[in-house]
Amino acid sequence: MTHFFYLLTLALYGTATIMYLTCLVRSSTNLSLWAGRLLVAGCLTHLLSTIHLAVKLQHLPLTNTQESLSFFSLVIIASFIFFERRYKVTTLGSFITPIALLMFGISAALHGAVKPLPPVLQSNWFWIHALLAFFSYAAFTIAAGVAVMYLIQNHFLKKKHFSGLFQKLPALDTMDDISYRSLAIGFPLLTIAIITGSIWSEKAIGSYWNWDPKQTWSLITWMLYAAQLHGRLVIGWRGKRAAILSITAFVVLLITFLGMKHSINW
Amino acid sequence: MNIIVVGLSHKTANVEIREKVAFAPSQIEKPLAELVALDSIIEGIIVSTCNRVEIYATTRDIAGGIARIKRFMADYHHLSLETLEPHLYCHHSEDAIRHVFRVASSLDSMIVGEPQILGQIKTSYGYAAEYKSSGIILNRFLHKAFSVAKRVRTETKIASSAVSVAFAAVELAKKVLGDLSDKTVMLVGAGEMCELAAKHFMNCGAKGVMVTNRTFERAEKLAEEFAGEAVHFDELFQHLHRADIVLSSTGAPHIIIGPRDVEDVIKRRKFRPMFFIDIAVPRDIDQKVDNVDGAFLFTVDDLQEIVQANLAQRSLEAEKAEQIINQEIGQFHKWLSSLEVTPTIVAMRSRFDEIRRVELEKTIANWKDLPPDAEKRLETMTMAIMNKMLHTPTAVLKKAGQGGRVDLYIDAMRQLFELEAAAEENEELDLEE
Repeated sequence: MTHFFYLLTLALYGTATIMYLTCLVRSSTNLSLWAGRLLVAGCLTHLLSTIHLAVKLQHLPLTNTQESLSFFSLVIIASFIFFERRYKVTTLGSFITPIALLMFGISAALHGAVKPLPPVLQSNWFWIHALLAFFSYAAFTIAAGVAVMYLIQNHFLKKKHFSGLFQKLPALDTMDDISYRSLAIGFPLLTIAIITGSIWSEKAIGSYWNWDPKQTWSLITWMLYAAQLHGRLVIGWRGKRAAILSITAFVVLLITFLGMKHSINW
Repeated sequence: MNIIVVGLSHKTANVEIREKVAFAPSQIEKPLAELVALDSIIEGIIVSTCNRVEIYATTRDIAGGIARIKRFMADYHHLSLETLEPHLYCHHSEDAIRHVFRVASSLDSMIVGEPQILGQIKTSYGYAAEYKSSGIILNRFLHKAFSVAKRVRTETKIASSAVSVAFAAVELAKKVLGDLSDKTVMLVGAGEMCELAAKHFMNCGAKGVMVTNRTFERAEKLAEEFAGEAVHFDELFQHLHRADIVLSSTGAPHIIIGPRDVEDVIKRRKFRPMFFIDIAVPRDIDQKVDNVDGAFLFTVDDLQEIVQANLAQRSLEAEKAEQIINQEIGQFHKWLSSLEVTPTIVAMRSRFDEIRRVELEKTIANWKDLPPDAEKRLETMTMAIMNKMLHTPTAVLKKAGQGGRVDLYIDAMRQLFELEAAAEENEELDLEE
């Protein structure tokens, strides 16, 4: 049953991604409308399959790479849908959906063995930490996607190259807005995620901060985003340098998420 | 029934001739009445704008109808037909449908994609409807033309891109600054293009205007026009940070705004983006300003390039529009032709029945010693023959009415059986009912 939902989600996401990418080269209100609808449908089936899995496992599916990637992509898609409603930026979809699709695809290809829940993960703090971490990651993904779009549009404007893509990308100001908003959402979430992560660490292995790779790199990520937020609010960093910082911080975030291991093993 | 179009436009006549042939909108009732009073002209609409004067009409007699309309146009405006005729074009049937669809979609206008023509045609149609010079066919035709024009506007980008430098400037500013409604414009110097662009920005909701000029009085005068603020020229850099959009067009022979100045200004604005347009020759704003992060500089040449590209794009979009129009012509033509099927069938029956009756009466009159029920039997027989002969043609005509080339069939029927006179009789009867 879960497997069926997984395949359905994959199909819906895949089709929506292709449609969003096509929107870059061909404009059609119908195309973007249906891309959006398919994506929402895919998000719903994804959500259903996640809930179904959670019920089957008797806990949230956030314990291994397969589950994490799947959940991450779910939250990314949901965040994108939120931002698309709010700002009407269909073009953002062409940058976000491929990322989400890739993650979901890898997740679907992996086979997570269903193991009983190890004791270290049986703390509520773990679930809160993981959930908040993923929500913040999704917000930062949006920020990074918008930053890439910003740099592209900035390049077009400076080089006076007014292609079809230029027309489709939203205004610089809009992208800047989205960037700030997603940063403002993501940063507090990341902060609390790190804090709750430390609390969980204490419950699981007795110490709050271990300077393990995961925690260390999380801190680096946190500092980069803090710098960006500070720069924005106090000095007024916007535009190109903010975009580059956003992308850099996101790369560090991906290293943290995918590359670094907790010192807490399960 | 056919639709015909007779008229002239900026493509076939210069403004002097067009002036002479124009119909004043306030006095359109009389010419409309005269138009439909013409022999063989049944419905009529007059469209008269500064770039075209056209008459759309329905008629059964294409050649005669067109000739009469030409004479009407000449006579009404007291011109000789010889002077006028070389400038007139005429279309009928499918070409007429295509012409009107194209005109309504602004494909025949001086600037393809312009929005006025549709409103002008709607107004002309309004008069025709009010004075009852248009009927079922032209009403449906014009409504169809309006919906085709709408399709063209929404499904192609024919009307969506800027084709003037001032509009291009506004579109670009929107791409940088987003919503223009709370932005401030600064005019440096004076000049027609500057003012025009400023007007466009105000139309899009820009809130504040600052004007500066070496001559403070000129700045004040211009600022008044925009309900804005005049700034002394030597205080330019104290106020520049307040502007989101800077339009520059002084007569100065040297650079006025350099990259260092802009760097300072951008910092003061907390890096909120700034949009510069330099219209002056020689340039007022150093090209290096464009390298400053957050500042975007465009010259008139850049804007011209955009306008050219948009014009080129419009001609591509125009091709798409022609395709849409082709689709719609087919549909409308089918409807028009199907109007003819029933009267043609009725006329056919009428003609056959006439022949039948005449021959039957002749036979009975010349037959001595006719058996008593002979008349009835002969009547039955001739009716049966007639019905059987008519059965297939009737069915074919009705079926063709739903297919495509029904007008060929109808034309053939009318000619083969000389149905014209009979048809008109029947139509008059129908109308009376």
